[in-house]
Amino acid sequence: MGRLSGKVAIITGASSGMGRATSIRFAGEGASIVVADLNQEGGEASVRECKENGGNAVFQKTDVSAEAEIKALVARAVKEFGRVDIMYNNAGIGGAVGPLEEISVEDWDKSQAVLLRGVFLGIKHSVPEMRKVGGGSIISTASVAGLRGFQGLHAYCAAKAGVVNLTRSASLEFAKDKIRINCICPGGINTPILHRNQPGVKEAMEDFLAKGQPYPRAGHPEDIAAMALFLASDDSEFVTGQAMVVDGGLTVGSGFANQRTDTAQQILPPRGFMGPSFEG
Amino acid sequence: MGKLDGKVAVITGAASGMGRATALRFAKEGASIVLADLNSQGGETAVAECAAAGARAVFQRVDVTSEVDIKSAVDRAVKEYGRLDIMFNNAGIAGAVGPIEKVESTDWDKTIATLLRAVFLGMKYSIPEMRKAGGGSIISTASVAALQGVGYLAAYAAAKAAVVNLTASVAIELGHDHIRVNCICPGGVNTPLIHRGAPGAFEHAEARMAKAQPIPRAGRPDDIANMALFLASDEAEWITGTAMVVDGGMATGNTRFRTRGLPDSGFSGPSFEMGS
Ligand SMILES: NC(=O)c1ccc[n+]([C@@H]2O[C@H](COP(=O)([O-])OP(=O)(O)OC[C@H]3O[C@@H](n4cnc5c(N)ncnc54)[C@H](O)[C@@H]3O)[C@@H](O)[C@H]2O)c1
Ligand SMILES: NC(=O)c1ccc[n+]([C@@H]2O[C@H](COP(=O)([O-])OP(=O)(O)OC[C@H]3O[C@@H](n4cnc5c(N)ncnc54)[C@H](O)[C@@H]3O)[C@@H](O)[C@H]2O)c1
Repeated sequence: MGRLSGKVAIITGASSGMGRATSIRFAGEGASIVVADLNQEGGEASVRECKENGGNAVFQKTDVSAEAEIKALVARAVKEFGRVDIMYNNAGIGGAVGPLEEISVEDWDKSQAVLLRGVFLGIKHSVPEMRKVGGGSIISTASVAGLRGFQGLHAYCAAKAGVVNLTRSASLEFAKDKIRINCICPGGINTPILHRNQPGVKEAMEDFLAKGQPYPRAGHPEDIAAMALFLASDDSEFVTGQAMVVDGGLTVGSGFANQRTDTAQQILPPRGFMGPSFEG
Repeated sequence: MGKLDGKVAVITGAASGMGRATALRFAKEGASIVLADLNSQGGETAVAECAAAGARAVFQRVDVTSEVDIKSAVDRAVKEYGRLDIMFNNAGIAGAVGPIEKVESTDWDKTIATLLRAVFLGMKYSIPEMRKAGGGSIISTASVAALQGVGYLAAYAAAKAAVVNLTASVAIELGHDHIRVNCICPGGVNTPLIHRGAPGAFEHAEARMAKAQPIPRAGRPDDIANMALFLASDEAEWITGTAMVVDGGMATGNTRFRTRGLPDSGFSGPSFEMGS
């Protein structure tokens, strides 16, 4: 008996990275999946892997920033599998990067359309189907960039912070319908959004990201899939409105505090007790 | 195949409420457990439940404010089961209640000792054993009272907030040793801490607590046990330093925001256009 037996999940951005890992994990737990993405080839591969893992899956080509396409996506889930229990708004891009003054309005708007409007649309159009089945779980991928500032990622930071707080306000509205709404804030996860599938870059990223946070390895798509499974399953029945941080401790302290051999350690004695400064 | 097969856990406050539910949940997932509490009778009952679920479990009488007692709980785990993988610092009391200027300093100290000092001690003595085991998971029960102010419960709220930031600080230190440190912030969970076990009190609390947060039911010890299991298991291998809120939405925001001037739905434009 899988933890998602009989459930139907829509996962956007499921052709790659976290969305793909989550599709495969959910399929292994007995869910039927609608794999949604712009990328058809990757999506078909995800569908095959879901099936190899014992689940049912179909691909629906979707641009998450287009309302008609999100509507069609939800309709496809109902047509294929009869219901919607889980909506995972995960598709994403880096969007407009670089100095704020150089960001064009078009790039800004495109970033918000994919990262924030896409989540709004996913919630808006999945909620009616979840009401029909007596409840559901909506999950979105925000980011640690929704909790902290990251230089050169202005549009992304603003959009992801929007996702975190949209999660909160929406959770208040739909709790009475037994629809839980949460998001996940990943830290540095080694996926194609970072390594771009270039030869050797994935391996280099793995080493680079291992040093990025207190826990000494890069994040993997499976780390996010595990949290998504927890949030999708009945184990989290009393959890709503949350931004679940999965970051190996990246945001636990400041960059300064996260250093193991930091200046604080050079100022402070290695151990012991420090009394009033006037005592020397 | 349990999610905690072969793992050894110490759980404080395991004689009642969340600790007891977590012990049973861990037992069903294959862990061996030391149940630590002041309450021997409740502790032995909980041990019997774990044993009935097929797990190895023992009771160790512990006052979590006592350094030697905490050390004895860790030693007991090593003596009985040979290692320590999971430490759940969960024992708790409401402690000093009432207006802050009426709080006795001795009650303040006892509250902080039970809720904060005990967590420090639990970390201090479990870390060396986890290092030997090549890693581990330390979990503590904080509270939503750690995330916002709570009138007439200031000592509790202060101690729990400290648990959240202690968790974060220690996570920074221990990442390299593959020891993960997280805490859980429960909202209103209907346990003996709240209903105190009087006849009818559970049902009364159940009805009252169902209205205290957006999800229309009281929290259950199992809600917390589920989160503790997730954090204890390898599923959460890349999660450290977090405060996981399990509160039915209690601390999420304001459900009753209404401003008379705003329409129930639609779009609100510049205020000057609305004046009539
Ligand atoms: N990788 C990280 O370090 C990291 C950290 C925090 C948050 N995130 C977020 O995680 C989510 C998943 O990213 P990933 O790391 O797996 O990257 P990825 O590039 O591997 O996967 C993202 C997927 O989204 C799809 N997509 C992009 N725009 C789309 C659109 N308009 N409509 C439909 N599909 C679209 C892409 O085709 C791709 O398959 C994103 O929301 C990203 O912002 C990533
Ligand atoms: N119930 C709630 O609504 C709620 C909400 C947020 C946080 N919490 C916290 O959850 C934790 C568990 O509480 P619960 O609700 O299960 O209550 P509970 O009273 O059912 O269980 C707490 C257990 O801790 C034990 N204990 C108390 N002081 C001790 C000491 N000095 N040494 C050893 N054991 C001691 C008690 O004997 C009891 O068995 C506590 O830390 C509490 O502060 C509870």
